[in-house]
Amino acid sequence: MKSAYAVLLTVALTAAAHGQTLRTAENAAAADTPVDAGGSIDVTWAPSQDELEAEGKVLGYEVWRARRSGGDYKKLADVEAGKESYKFTDKEAENGVDYFYKVRVRGEEMSTDTAPVGPAKATREWFQPNRLNMLVAAVLLSAFILYYISQARAGKALFIRRIAGLEAVQEAVGRATEMGKPVLFVPGIADIDDIQTIAAVSILGRVATMVAEYDASLLVPCSKSLVMSTAQEIVKEAYLEAGRPDAYRRENIRYLTDDQFGYVAGVDGIMVREKPAANFYLGTFYAESLILAETGHSIGAIQIAGTAMPSQLPFFIAACDYTLIGEELFAASAYLSREPRLLGSLVGQDWGKVVILCFIIAGVLTAFLAQFGVEIFGRSIALEQLFVVK
Amino acid sequence: MRREIPMIVAFVAGVILILEFFVPTLRDVASEIQKWYLVVVAFAILVGAFSLLRMNYMKVRGRRVDWPYSIVLIVGLFAMTIVGIGWGIEQGTVFNWLFTYLIIPMQATMFALLAFFVASAAYRAFRARTVDATLLLVAAVVVMLGQVPIGSIWVPSWWPDSLVFLTPDWLKDRIMNIFNTAGQRAILIGASLGVVSTSLRILLGIERSYLGEE
Repeated sequence: MKSAYAVLLTVALTAAAHGQTLRTAENAAAADTPVDAGGSIDVTWAPSQDELEAEGKVLGYEVWRARRSGGDYKKLADVEAGKESYKFTDKEAENGVDYFYKVRVRGEEMSTDTAPVGPAKATREWFQPNRLNMLVAAVLLSAFILYYISQARAGKALFIRRIAGLEAVQEAVGRATEMGKPVLFVPGIADIDDIQTIAAVSILGRVATMVAEYDASLLVPCSKSLVMSTAQEIVKEAYLEAGRPDAYRRENIRYLTDDQFGYVAGVDGIMVREKPAANFYLGTFYAESLILAETGHSIGAIQIAGTAMPSQLPFFIAACDYTLIGEELFAASAYLSREPRLLGSLVGQDWGKVVILCFIIAGVLTAFLAQFGVEIFGRSIALEQLFVVK
Repeated sequence: MRREIPMIVAFVAGVILILEFFVPTLRDVASEIQKWYLVVVAFAILVGAFSLLRMNYMKVRGRRVDWPYSIVLIVGLFAMTIVGIGWGIEQGTVFNWLFTYLIIPMQATMFALLAFFVASAAYRAFRARTVDATLLLVAAVVVMLGQVPIGSIWVPSWWPDSLVFLTPDWLKDRIMNIFNTAGQRAILIGASLGVVSTSLRILLGIERSYLGEE
């Protein structure tokens, strides 16, 4: 037995003398993944000194886990070397169970383990405290909107400012009817999970009702299948509401392609062939906005656009007759319907804007006064932190 | 029930996805809902492809305007599907070759049209007929001069620091960082409030036009 120890000691000493031992990973730690749904523990460590000092000596790291410190460790993952710091998330941890971890430094022919780190326990969090500011803002804004909806329900008259682009919708549809040409409605290039597309298809319902009442025809080329299916249902219902189900043409609400520029080519082709008298571009747009709007301008159509994409708004403003800017797109459906409850939500939204405006003014003032050494609310930083989304 | 069920689905899914932002425990449920959405989208693609095929077939059959292009579309649709499924889409396959040497150049061609459209739209927008258009014109000229190297060439090396506010670089930075950023933020704040308002209307079932209801 003694001779066996002697051999082992000799091997260890020889290896050390040749610099073949590997130094352990540094600062290894294990802790519950913060603010998550549980079932997850983060294991972190810094590189071994051997990785930093001798390139290629450390090939990678392994993460091992056991239920007890001196228990039976099982390998969870291989992590490649070459980073400034390391993090592995163990997503197979059970909530409330103690786990111990070891990080193994792996070289060409040998490896070295850290001492066990832990115990770490996965826990489930019920609230993300750093998003409290967002929750308060959302609740406050929702309260404003709900209050004004209830006011509208009670019959209180509410003032809504005139939106020129929406006043022109009827004129555009009327013009198309008089000219015997179709109305083209482009609902953007995003899918139905985009709120701008939802706003656009809501407006489509109102426009389709007008088109049905005026006995004009409506073309809706879509770049997403789901938008097409939704648009078909909306337009069909609008024709039914208008008492003209026979005038509904399913094939006029068509899918072209998901490809951005393929879609532009398709819509441009429709414009050039069908020569619509009124074009609506409402929803999410990117680089295709100007190509569509300029083609529409070249065929002499009256054009109404609306998007919340700030980078595309200048193009629409330059090329279209009317442009719904940002919030006007979301207000359009309510505005066109003139339904009191929907209009109430617009007034509530305006009050939300007033509150935000007050905060902006307060922020500007505190930042301005801080320049002169006057501190309010612990300087402007405190106010700024109120709006930081984490 | 035809309208109630979609409204209930919209309410439940919407509320869970909103709460998930604040309640980490709901992340798994939210992720599951998003997976369901992807499944629905996958099925909808078939509906879209069928609609496209049907439209173009009718066009060819009725010999409507530009019907030969519909043949190109149908042949292209089937060709890409067959070579994609049959021989894969990796590098070196027929699908990849068609995509690289046909689809990408066609996309680039459409995108390149933008340059000409920018010129024609700018010409109309920048005509100094009104005070607004004149301001737009002046701002655009200054920003353009500030963005290109030639804009700074005319500023001599001895130009005094006290007159730096007359150089295109300085003016461009102020226009972009102060006026432009402020305007964009105003639009974004308004749009964000609109998003909250629209979402609330849909969740509460007040806005139903997306269901085809007045």
